[in-house]
Amino acid sequence: MVGILEDKDRIFTNIYGLQDWGLEGAKARGCWNATREMLGQSHEWVCEQIRESGLRGRGGGGFVTGFKWTLMPQQLSERPHYLVVNADESEPGACKDREIIRNDPHLLIEGCMIASYAIRAHTAYIYIRGEYVAERERLEAAIKQAYAAKLIGKDNVNGWDFDLHVTHGGGAYICGDETALMESLEGKKGQPRLKPPFPAGAGIYGCPTTINNVESIAVVGTILRRGAGWFSSFGRPKNAGTKLMAASGHVNKPSVVEEAMSIPMRQLIEDHFGGVRGGWGKLKAVIPGGVSMPMITREQAETVLMDFDDLPRVQSRLGTATMILFDEDTDLVRVIARVSRFFKHESCGQCTPCREGTGWMWRVMERMVTGEAEMREIDMLLDVASQVEGHTICGLGDAAAWPIQGLFRNFRHEVEDRITSYRAGKPHVQGAALVAAE
Amino acid sequence: MKQVQWWISKYPDGRQQSAVIPVLWLVQKQEGWVSEPAIRAVADLLKMATIRVYEVATFYTMFMLEPVGTMALVQVCGTTACQSRGSEALLEVCRKRFGPDSHRSADGKFYWQEVECLGACSNAPMAAINDRYYEDLTVEGFEKLLDAFAAGQTPPPGSEIGRQGSAVLGGNSTLNDPKLYDGSAAKPIKSLPNAAPKGKAKAPVA
Repeated sequence: MVGILEDKDRIFTNIYGLQDWGLEGAKARGCWNATREMLGQSHEWVCEQIRESGLRGRGGGGFVTGFKWTLMPQQLSERPHYLVVNADESEPGACKDREIIRNDPHLLIEGCMIASYAIRAHTAYIYIRGEYVAERERLEAAIKQAYAAKLIGKDNVNGWDFDLHVTHGGGAYICGDETALMESLEGKKGQPRLKPPFPAGAGIYGCPTTINNVESIAVVGTILRRGAGWFSSFGRPKNAGTKLMAASGHVNKPSVVEEAMSIPMRQLIEDHFGGVRGGWGKLKAVIPGGVSMPMITREQAETVLMDFDDLPRVQSRLGTATMILFDEDTDLVRVIARVSRFFKHESCGQCTPCREGTGWMWRVMERMVTGEAEMREIDMLLDVASQVEGHTICGLGDAAAWPIQGLFRNFRHEVEDRITSYRAGKPHVQGAALVAAE
Repeated sequence: MKQVQWWISKYPDGRQQSAVIPVLWLVQKQEGWVSEPAIRAVADLLKMATIRVYEVATFYTMFMLEPVGTMALVQVCGTTACQSRGSEALLEVCRKRFGPDSHRSADGKFYWQEVECLGACSNAPMAAINDRYYEDLTVEGFEKLLDAFAAGQTPPPGSEIGRQGSAVLGGNSTLNDPKLYDGSAAKPIKSLPNAAPKGKAKAPVA
């Protein structure tokens, strides 16, 4: 057997799109089964079950989903409640929600309905990133099917009036932040809001709102069908469940796969992704979950488990569990310079540390790539990174600082070597300007 | 116009501003790019100040504020995952064929730009041409693709090496159990696990 999880325990059974994505196919795979009975239980029961299952937010935050739902007001006021699903998957490396949306859309729709019931919302929005045009069309088609079959909508067969709308963004990474997403949904620039007020108090249109990741919502139906105990039987305590994991970069078979939480990283890579290109010994570094997570070395990857609580042991984080691997021929400084450019490009420009800091860090990183930088600039860069980290409204400042910190924590000697050899007049980097060293 | 009304109807009354991104997108689909008169028209339509629409159009990178190529808009992903699998070579192809980044080619038929992550990292490297994803690209394949667009064709989107979605090369390691697909999962469930005691629950579905 490969991996830990058996086929019978997989939630996303059509992740590669080999089966019918439509309503009939989804029903045959168990979707929309007993949804009516779930909605026949109390709101509190649904929250309690999800909390017991140990489901933690799959977008990278790791907040306990069932608990998040209970933060919503328990009594309806004149302000309606809303559910918003965050499908603005823009972090480099992350490519898991796309597979859910295009291949298992009905699991997502069903999950939206159950989650809306749990938080007493009658309307939900799915905010999908603008570039996912084909995926959005697929999702709209699936929602149309669900309306036609009276699974959702007014007076539907499941007994909870529910409207589901798809809306889309315009290609801004920042809109993956929940408050920026709400601004964007309201038709404004996607600049994050200060918290508090938290979305559960005042979200979109000033109404109580819950925002969840696509994967967190899409697993809800199956958890209730098979029981909280079934879901929490996978993974270590507090890291329960199954999770979509992906690999890209220098692996033999880049792909997306559903696995049990807490699977050892090495086993995951070798069982499902065909191993590292050229063998495990060739591995140089891994970014464990979207580029904002600090990279770890081969030695660390050897023993680390893929979950929320073990990756911090090696000073990284799980993020979205979508790894990028680099073999030993990779120029990691250049990789991180590109990451810095990404954050410079995506900074929304609201907070000064991030607006100025991301651009500054990128420019210094570019000089580190060629070796032109001064040795003392390494410490200056780390100092600036720590000044950006934690001093912005949203998490983008942190996200921009972490990859740089991760690089210097584990591979500082590479940058130092490069600067030294540049000073000695023999730059070893492709594309470096030889004349400059004269 | 029908589509615009459909988008506006998705949002609560008086919140038609929410539809500004989708409406601008419709404009771009129709015209190819978002011009200033179009921004004014959208502002009138949604009862917004023109500057607010302008703000949105300039903030979001998907809106083209200058005319693009008549044949194709080529967006090559240059971010980390694609970079590590050879997107730099693809960027070079574009530079050679069409000139500098974010410009129209000399013949006006193409417009290309390097974009940030498009979210298809398992299928890296990739490019979006006219909003459709072309994945698992090689330099030769990419050249052929661009030749096809130049000839006025629209090749089917997807993986260059012919894999379905993000399926594993050479056979899946998972999801091979036929029981998943024989319909056994659709059998009515007698009672939900951990269901509340009876009385509260409604009648089960037949």
